[in-house]
Amino acid sequence: MTDLFQRLWGHFFGPKVSLVLAYLTDAVAILVFILLTVMFLIWLERKVAARFQNRLGPMRVGRPHGWLQSVADVLKLLLKEDVIPTKADRWVFTLAPIVVVVPAILIWVCIPFSRNLVAKDLNIGIFYIISLASLGVLGIIMGGWAANNKYTLIGGLRSAAQMISYEIPLVLSVVAVVVLAGTMDMNGLVARQAPYRWFVFWVPVGPLAFLIYLTAAVAETNRVPFDLPEAESELVSGFHTEYSGMKFGFFFLAEFTNMFAVSAIATTLFLGGWLGPGNLGPLWFLIKTYAIVFFIMWLRWTLPRVRGDQLMKLAWKVLLPSSLVVLFLASVMVAVGFGGARG
Amino acid sequence: MTVDYEVQEMLPEPHEFHELELNMGPQHPSTHGVLRLLLTLDSEVILKAQPHIGYLHRSFEKFAEGMTYTQFLPYTDRLDYVSAITNEFGYCLAAEKLAGIEVPRRAQYLRVIAAELQRIASHLLFVATFGNDLAAVTVFLYGFRDRERVIDILDSLSGQRLTYHYLRLGGVMADAVPGLDRKVLDLVDYLIPRLDELDELFTNNVIFRRRTENVGILTAEQALDFGVSGPNLRGSGVAWDVRKADPYSSYQDFEFDVPTGRQGDCFDRYAVRIEEMRQSLRILKQAVEGLPEGEIRTKVSRNLKPPAGEAYAHVEGARGDVGFFLISDGSTNPYRLKIRGPSFIHTMALETILKGWKIADVIAVLGSIDIVLGEVDR
Repeated sequence: MTDLFQRLWGHFFGPKVSLVLAYLTDAVAILVFILLTVMFLIWLERKVAARFQNRLGPMRVGRPHGWLQSVADVLKLLLKEDVIPTKADRWVFTLAPIVVVVPAILIWVCIPFSRNLVAKDLNIGIFYIISLASLGVLGIIMGGWAANNKYTLIGGLRSAAQMISYEIPLVLSVVAVVVLAGTMDMNGLVARQAPYRWFVFWVPVGPLAFLIYLTAAVAETNRVPFDLPEAESELVSGFHTEYSGMKFGFFFLAEFTNMFAVSAIATTLFLGGWLGPGNLGPLWFLIKTYAIVFFIMWLRWTLPRVRGDQLMKLAWKVLLPSSLVVLFLASVMVAVGFGGARG
Repeated sequence: MTVDYEVQEMLPEPHEFHELELNMGPQHPSTHGVLRLLLTLDSEVILKAQPHIGYLHRSFEKFAEGMTYTQFLPYTDRLDYVSAITNEFGYCLAAEKLAGIEVPRRAQYLRVIAAELQRIASHLLFVATFGNDLAAVTVFLYGFRDRERVIDILDSLSGQRLTYHYLRLGGVMADAVPGLDRKVLDLVDYLIPRLDELDELFTNNVIFRRRTENVGILTAEQALDFGVSGPNLRGSGVAWDVRKADPYSSYQDFEFDVPTGRQGDCFDRYAVRIEEMRQSLRILKQAVEGLPEGEIRTKVSRNLKPPAGEAYAHVEGARGDVGFFLISDGSTNPYRLKIRGPSFIHTMALETILKGWKIADVIAVLGSIDIVLGEVDR
């Protein structure tokens, strides 16, 4: 992508200027894509929920089927009064949504939509993504702490405990795939799955790692059945109870970006990324990603919420040991000659 | 500041960690109205839970002294507004007992039909809100969807959707609408598969079971000590139902079972209500099929003057034993009215049930105990 943009800008400017401009174009393209996707996802979530519940969902703003609803919602959030509680820590309170949203967006630098449609194909792509993804929890703790409210504090603490616990099995399941592929480069990972040897089919490691990854990913993104940090029936709204206006909007944006990101990563790691019949890279990528997004939404509108101790038990007593076993199996598979680094 | 020594004694052992006091309610998404729970927490474990009530107090008992017996009837709808018919039922029985009024058999059956429809509507609302509390939002909407069907029938009987004022002293307001039997039988055919669907979606869900089984246990002894009644008492394993123990309004004519739970946890209280809906459907079927012909109302003077004396009558409401105690001094107005609201008693039991559980369990217990604040505060 950067090369393409650099060549385009190169028609008008010198090589250095056009490189900077190319990066800027990348950034704008990613931002626009994410904002549009999140708006679409919010609309989709409401429509999916409505279908599950024998309702229609948004129908009024924009015809047909209220497709402008998200635009109206964003406008409302932008126009709302931005309330900062008197007793809150102003700086931390303001910084928190930014700390949550920035890593969520930076992740997209490395995600390959097709062989060439990737902003920057780092050779440690998946490592970069995982390390950025773990930063988001800082913002949540900051937000929970700074608002100076007991509900947000409990929400923030719950979130910290949950996200740190689930990151370990998440990373281990990813490492199992990395061991199989012998590369951390996102496009390299996809290439190792060509044409239809997707990692999810690599029995026994693939399906198990996929299952562990999906479970941990749902917990990472704080969604039902693991949405304890914002359990509205217990903690009003969890860590973002005191936020309003666009600050709240940022948390919401980060949440949906993360949901889309974990689905995109699952697609790349397990479902062969943009691979598929025909030369339709980005289309296959989006189809697979949206399938996982739909699955996550399906869970949300079907299941009740688990309790904190049950959540921890699942992470430490079930997911962590089984992800270690999966990692061990992956090493064994490589040792006996399946997968591993090429050449 | 004065120190209440009795309260001081009830506090738990001095704790080495800092305790957190958390006000849950009166504005909170899952306290079902304006209940305020003052929780003392050690991280997420509840050391103490004190219910604070009174935010919805409207002094209905005092109102009753200033109006005639007939005039007070619509006020009873506003006690437990989720189950209005059963409140009217209790009050009518008490007033009729006081004045010695006989109710025609057809009216008795119509009252039973209305009360059982109301019980189903109320339990469906319980399922809905319980699901919502446990973040199963879909169950919430399914519950409301099915409740709508029931309310449609009550609407055709009384012309109202929430506060019906269908029962009158001496009988009921209006006769059964034509085709009532068909409507009720259709409802039975509609609801039984819906209840099975609910079992599939919610009751047998592993997460739901883990959240509710062995959580918030109220033993049979504790329940009896507190005076807990209705589904909550039966959830604790005591098969006591006013409809069986002290039959009123021809309930002895109908065949139905009294479901009980095993140990009084949240799941038992939930399962008892689900089974009660099935039993109510059984009663409804028998009632519409055996609906006797005849008068629907005994003539009762608008300025009813019961002889001096007192009367107590109670019915099995959706939430428990709803009792009305009336004292007459021979004038047109009651001298005193005392209402026994089961929700009030269940709220008082919360302190015992909640101790030692986690915040997340507060929600499960509050949902499963199913209180309506209109009845707690009266």
